Amino acid sequence: MPETFEVERYELFSGPAYRFTPDRREFLKLLGGGIVVLLALDGADAVAQESSGRRRGGRGGGEMPQNLGAWLHIRPDGGVTVFTGKVEVGQNARTSLTSVVAEELRMDRGRIEMVMGDTQLTPFDMGTFGSQTTPRMVPQIQKVAAVAREMLIDLAAQQWKAERSRLVVEHGSVRNQDSGQALSFAELSKGQELTRTITADTRVTPANDWKVLGHDQTKVNAREIVTGRHRYAHDVARPGLLYGRIIRPPVYEAKLQSVDSTAAEKLPGVTVVHDGEFLGVACADSSKLAQAVGAIKAQWSTPQSVANSRDLSGYLKAHTHGPVQLSSEVTEALKSADGKVESTYHIPYIAHTPLETRAAVAEWDGDHVTIWTGSQRPFGVRDEVAQAFGLNSANVRVMIPDTGSGYGGKHTAEAAIEAARLAKAAGKPVKVAWSREEEFTWAYFRPGGVIEVRSGARKDGTIVAWEFHNYNSGGSAIESPYNIPGQKCQFHATDSPLRQGSYRGLAATANHFARECHMDELAESVGMEPLAFRLKNAENPRLRKVMETAAESFGWGKTKSNPTLGFGISAGFEKGGYISCCVEVRIDRASKQIKVVRAVQAFECGAVLNPLQLKNQIEGAMMMGIGGALIEAVQFENGRILNPKLSRYHVPRFSDLPAIEVVLVDRKDVQAAGAGETPIVGIAPAIGNAVFRATGQRLRSLPMKLA
Amino acid sequence: MELVVNGRRRGSSSDPERPLLYVLREELDLTGAKYGCGEGQCGACTVLLDGVPVRSCLTPAHVAQGKQIITIEGMERDGQLHPLQEAFIKADAMQCGYCTPGMIMSAAGLLHKTPHPDEAEIKRAMQGNICRCGTYPRIVQAVRMASIGKGAAHA
Repeated sequence: MPETFEVERYELFSGPAYRFTPDRREFLKLLGGGIVVLLALDGADAVAQESSGRRRGGRGGGEMPQNLGAWLHIRPDGGVTVFTGKVEVGQNARTSLTSVVAEELRMDRGRIEMVMGDTQLTPFDMGTFGSQTTPRMVPQIQKVAAVAREMLIDLAAQQWKAERSRLVVEHGSVRNQDSGQALSFAELSKGQELTRTITADTRVTPANDWKVLGHDQTKVNAREIVTGRHRYAHDVARPGLLYGRIIRPPVYEAKLQSVDSTAAEKLPGVTVVHDGEFLGVACADSSKLAQAVGAIKAQWSTPQSVANSRDLSGYLKAHTHGPVQLSSEVTEALKSADGKVESTYHIPYIAHTPLETRAAVAEWDGDHVTIWTGSQRPFGVRDEVAQAFGLNSANVRVMIPDTGSGYGGKHTAEAAIEAARLAKAAGKPVKVAWSREEEFTWAYFRPGGVIEVRSGARKDGTIVAWEFHNYNSGGSAIESPYNIPGQKCQFHATDSPLRQGSYRGLAATANHFARECHMDELAESVGMEPLAFRLKNAENPRLRKVMETAAESFGWGKTKSNPTLGFGISAGFEKGGYISCCVEVRIDRASKQIKVVRAVQAFECGAVLNPLQLKNQIEGAMMMGIGGALIEAVQFENGRILNPKLSRYHVPRFSDLPAIEVVLVDRKDVQAAGAGETPIVGIAPAIGNAVFRATGQRLRSLPMKLA
Repeated sequence: MELVVNGRRRGSSSDPERPLLYVLREELDLTGAKYGCGEGQCGACTVLLDGVPVRSCLTPAHVAQGKQIITIEGMERDGQLHPLQEAFIKADAMQCGYCTPGMIMSAAGLLHKTPHPDEAEIKRAMQGNICRCGTYPRIVQAVRMASIGKGAAHA
C-alpha cells in the first residue's frame, strides 16, 4: 500500500477515462485476430489497481470489461503479448512477469512480449511502487496465461476430437500423448477470434510443480542492455527533435519578478517560453542551450527560509501537527521494568539519485500529445500532463521505456510537463533531460524524521513497555513485530522543509533503524545478548526463522567484538517479507572510519519466483542501505541544496562493497510477496549495533559517524 | 572534424570543444554511453580511446581525433557478444542497466591492461563507476568470469 503521506497524493487523481470502447469483436480485429484472455478485477484487486478506488460499472454483453487487469493475446504467429500497466525500473518485473507466462503456457520466454506502462495499450494501473507487482500483478498474469493454455487445449481437442486429458502443452505446442500429433500455438490461434473474460478464482500451476518459476532466470532483455541498444527516455530520438532546458529559481519558493528574453529570442532556431512561473528554452543543437539560457535575464524574489539540515530535528519537532502525548499506560508499565531506556533517533533527508535523471520527450499532434518518459506511474504522468494542459486524459499517451531506476523517486511528471510545454510552443518534439544538479534539487527527497522511543524490560528479557513516536518519516512498519502487549506506536505528521515523497522502504527503514538499535539498547540494560533477547520476545515463527538462519550462516557469537571489530544483528518485517541481517564492521580509530567488511542477510518473502534475481535485489538493497547508514544526507540551508552533485553527495561505490552473503528462505506454501524494498531495512541498525559493540559509541543519527 | 568510432570514420560538424558524449549521442545517435553527472563522477559515459577508458562527458571531442574510439555499440562483433557482455548477462550483473555500458567499458579498459585482475584490482579500477542499484558484487563476479574465459557459453 502507498506510504502514509502518499495516500493524499493519489486521492488527487480521478479514475481514468477508459479507452477500450469498442466491443470485443472490434477489439480483436484491431489486434489482427488470435486469442485474448482478459482479467476482470473485482473486490480488493480492483480497488488496489485503481487510484480512485471507484468501481466503474460492471461487465456484460459484448462489451469490454471495465475493471480490466492484465490481459494476454496469443497472436496468430503463435507468439504471446501480455499487457500490463506495471513498468520496469530495474526491479526486474519484466523478467518475473515474462517467467510467469513461460511457466503457465509452457513456452520459451523468447516468444513472449511484455507491453508495459503504455497508457494507450495497457490496462490502468496506479503505479509501480510499494512492492506490489509480485503480490498483485503476478497472480493476474498467472491466471490469464493459465486460462489461455486451457483454451489452446480446448481448440486442439476439438480439432482432433480427442480426449482433453490426454493433451499436454509443451514448447509452444499442444501435443496428443496418444497419437503423438502436435499443433503449434500459431496453428491453433490462426483464424481464431476468441476472447474470454475471467475473474480472480482461476486455478494456476502450484509452486511445487514450477519448471520456470523458482529457478534462476537472467534478465529477459539483458542483451539490449549490455549492447547499449536499449533506449531509455534519455535516448529516445524523434525526427526534428529539439533539446529543452528550464531556467530554475535560484532558491526554493522564489517567484519570477521579471523576464527579459529579447536577446535569447533573436538567437536563430531558439524557442523561448515564458508562461507564468515557467521559463524555458529549446533548440535543435543542445550545445547552444547554455548560450540561450545565458541570454535570458530573469529577476526572482528572495524568500527567507529558516529550515536547515543542521537542526532538522528541531524544525520537525517545532512544526508537528497536533499535540503529542506520552502514554500513561506505558508510564505505568515501566514501573515493573528492571531495565529502562529512552532514546531519540535522527533521520536525514536523502536523495534517490537514480543514475538516469528525469527525462521526457514530448510530441504534439493537434491536441494530442505523446510522451516518452522514465517513470513509475505512467497513468499518473498522463493525468498530470492532462491537468497541466487542460486536456482530456484520452488526449495524452504516455509510454515508459524501461527506466534507469526510480527507488520511489519517479512518481511525478515534471520533465514530461516541461517537455510538453516547450514542444507545444516550438511545434516540434522536445526532449528535456534533467542535469544531475536539477535532479538533486528539484525532484523530491526521502523524508527526514525524528523517532523517540522509551521502553522497559524485565531481568528475564521480557519487554514490558514500548512507546514509539515517529515524526515525519512515515508510519510504515512502525509497529514492533516482537510480542509486546500494550505497545504504543504513533506517527506524527509535521511540516516538511523540503519537497518529500516516496522512497524504497522509506518509513520502514527509519522505523527499523530506531527499533532495532533500541532493541540492543534495551537488551544491554538487562544484560542480555542481543540475539537471545530478540528470540525471547519473538513469537512469530517466520521472524524467528530468518533470525536463526542469518545467525547460523554468519557464525553469530563465535567471535567476540573488540575495539576494532564489531558484530551486529537486526531483524524485521515489512510488506510481506521477513528479514534478518548480521554484519561485521571494522573500525579505524585514527580516521574514525566505519567499514562494513561482511554482511549476511536472511530473507523470506514466501515462494521464491527467481532465486538469482531475488538475491541480486537483496544485495543491491543492502548496498543502497549502506549509503543511508553511513554516507548519505542532503545538506540544505537558505532554500538551497548545498551538495547537489555526485562529487559532494556521495553514494556507495565498489570500495564500500563488503563480502555479502544472502540466504533465501523459500516458502513454497506461501504466496510470493515483493522484495524490492524490505531488504533495505536491516543493514543500518545492524551496523549501528556492531559499532556499539566495538566502540561503546551508540550512534543514533543517520548517517552514522564516529565521534 | 573526423572521428573513428567503432572502426568507422564518422564526420562531425560539432565544435571540437564539445564533450565527446554529446557528439556520440546527439550527432552520431550512439546512445549507449549515458549522461549521469557531467562531472566525471559516475562513469556512465565511459568509452575507450585507444583502449583507455575515459569519461566522455568531460572529454572535448577534439581529444578523440586520430584515436580509436570504442563505445559499447562496438563491443559486439558480427553478432558475437564480447566476453564481458556475456559475463554480465550470466552473472545478472545489472538491474536497471543504465550504468552497464559504462561498467563494461571500464572493465574492458582494465582487462586490456591487466588481463587477469584479482578482486582488489577490479574494485580499484571500477571505483569511478557508480551502480546505484548496488549490483557491485555481481559486476566484480562478471569481470572475473570474463577474465578467466567463463563469460561465454551461457544458454
